[in-house]
Order: sequence, then C-alpha cells, then structure tokens
Amino acid sequence: MNASPETVHETHPAHPDYIKIYLILIGLFIVSMLGPLFGVPALTVVLAFGIGVCKAGLVVAYFMHLNVEKRYIWFILITMLVFMVVLYAGVAPDVMKQGGHNWQHVVTEKGPPAVANH
Amino acid sequence: MTQATATHAPLATSRSATGIPTGRLAIWWVLASEIVIFGGLLVSYIMLRVHNAHWTAEASHTNTWAGAFNTIVLLTSSLSAVLGHQAAEKGDGQGAARYLWMTVGGGAVFLLVKAYEYTSEISHGFTLFRDVFWSYYYVATGLHGLHVIIGMIILSIVAVDAAKGRNLHRVELIGIYWHFVDVVWIFLFPLFYLAK
Repeated sequence: MNASPETVHETHPAHPDYIKIYLILIGLFIVSMLGPLFGVPALTVVLAFGIGVCKAGLVVAYFMHLNVEKRYIWFILITMLVFMVVLYAGVAPDVMKQGGHNWQHVVTEKGPPAVANH
Repeated sequence: MTQATATHAPLATSRSATGIPTGRLAIWWVLASEIVIFGGLLVSYIMLRVHNAHWTAEASHTNTWAGAFNTIVLLTSSLSAVLGHQAAEKGDGQGAARYLWMTVGGGAVFLLVKAYEYTSEISHGFTLFRDVFWSYYYVATGLHGLHVIIGMIILSIVAVDAAKGRNLHRVELIGIYWHFVDVVWIFLFPLFYLAK
C-alpha cells in the first residue's frame, strides 16, 4: 500500500512537556543513587533496577513516542524481549545449576585446564 | 539527474506498508536487533554475576560518580534530541540543528568521561583480561560507547541537513536511536556501577 507523503510523514498529535519528564527522570536517578547509602545490597539492587525500569519506560514511552506508536512496533519489540527470555531459559539451567549428577563443571571443580607446552 | 528524480520525495517519507513511515519502521527494526545484542549480553552477565560473588569486589573498583555524571549527561542529551524533534515538526530546521549539536556535545562529554574512567582503571591494573567481570565491563561499555560514536556521526550529518531545512523527518529517526542508547546506559549503570 502506498500512501502520500502527507499521510505517511505524520506529526505526533501533541508533544508532552519534555522538560517535566526530564526532571522526573533526574529525580528518579537521584533516588536510585540513594540505595547504596542504606548499606543493604538487596535494597540497592531493587532500587537501582526497579527505578532503572521506570526510567527506561519513561524514555521509551515519551521520548521515543512508543505510547502513541502503532501496535506493529510493539509486536516487534515484544518478540525481541521474548527471544531474550528464551535465551535465558535455554542457558540458565547450565550456567546457574551448579549441582546434580549429570554434568561436570570441570573449570569450577578442578580448576582451569592446563595449557599444553609446545 | 532528471527533473523528475530531483524532485522525488525520499522513499522513507513517501511509502508505507504498515501505516508507519518506512524510515521510522526501519529504525525500530534496527533497535529490535540491538535489543537482542545488548539483551543477550546483559542477561548472560546477570546469570554469571549471581554465581560469582567475588564480582561484587571487582565492581567496587568502578567509578560510581563518573557513571552517575554520565547518566545525567545522557539523559540531558536525550532531552535535547527530543526537543530537536519537536522543533523539526514545527519546520524550524535551524532550531532542530541547534538541539542536535547539543546532543552531539553530550555524546562527546560522555566519551571524555568514559575515556578518563578507562585510563584510570587500566592504570590500576583492571584490564580486559584481569577477570571475567572486567571482560564484561569493557565489552558492554565499549559496545555502548561505539553506539555513542556512531550516533554522534549520524547526528552531525542530520544536523547539517536540518540547518538547511532538508530531510527534517530524519531528526526524529536519529532521536529514536539516541534515546535507545540512553536506555541501554540506564541498565548498564546499575549493573556495573551501583550493584556493589
């Protein structure tokens, strides 16, 4: 389907207040920096990643305009995120499961293999 | 070049199979592939990090304040990129170009800080092959830095064009790419600088 330049090169209906979004992002960033001050590693990780996800969401939604983008783009991005989950599910059993009788972790159990002398 | 081809609008603005301008669709496909590249890298890093407790000690040597400063720099450069897009939609090519040059400046500051960090870390013996943590650190931040450099080059080309009032639709496209570079850093920062 071909469309005229006027219909395809559309402008975004209304631009949000980008300065306000920027200030929210800076505020969230400052909060994420407070995590290490509590000295609780778990809290640091949760704060850093939780707020990181929020910040990324704001950037993607408003700066990249995904909130007004067509569903087609959403499908592309969600597909790629599913690929990441598949990668994790496929590799995690080998990397994260260190016990069991069916595999040997030669490097972790016996140290790195010796280098042959030439 | 004939008169017909000289006045022909670029395909990126004149053709669409999805209702989305071809250029914008293309940039989203580029980003889709980037998600797999950076996503795979970060997912594998997280998996290994869980089983390597000593990585916390290694991570304690990264410069949190430099990383934090760079986060602010990238967020600010994202703001200027989106303001450039806004100006371009109003047909203000000069204004769009001005904002894009600010974004390029932000990228340059980011790279200078990163260069300072790398120099400091390498001079203290934290090199690429010291530990797998540092291998991940240099590969992830290096790959991200490469994207910053590529973004700065394209931003400059688009800014030169925009200042002449040409191809203003590209201001949005390079902006989307730049925001993605920002989003990647938003995840790199806690992984390598905050989780200690």
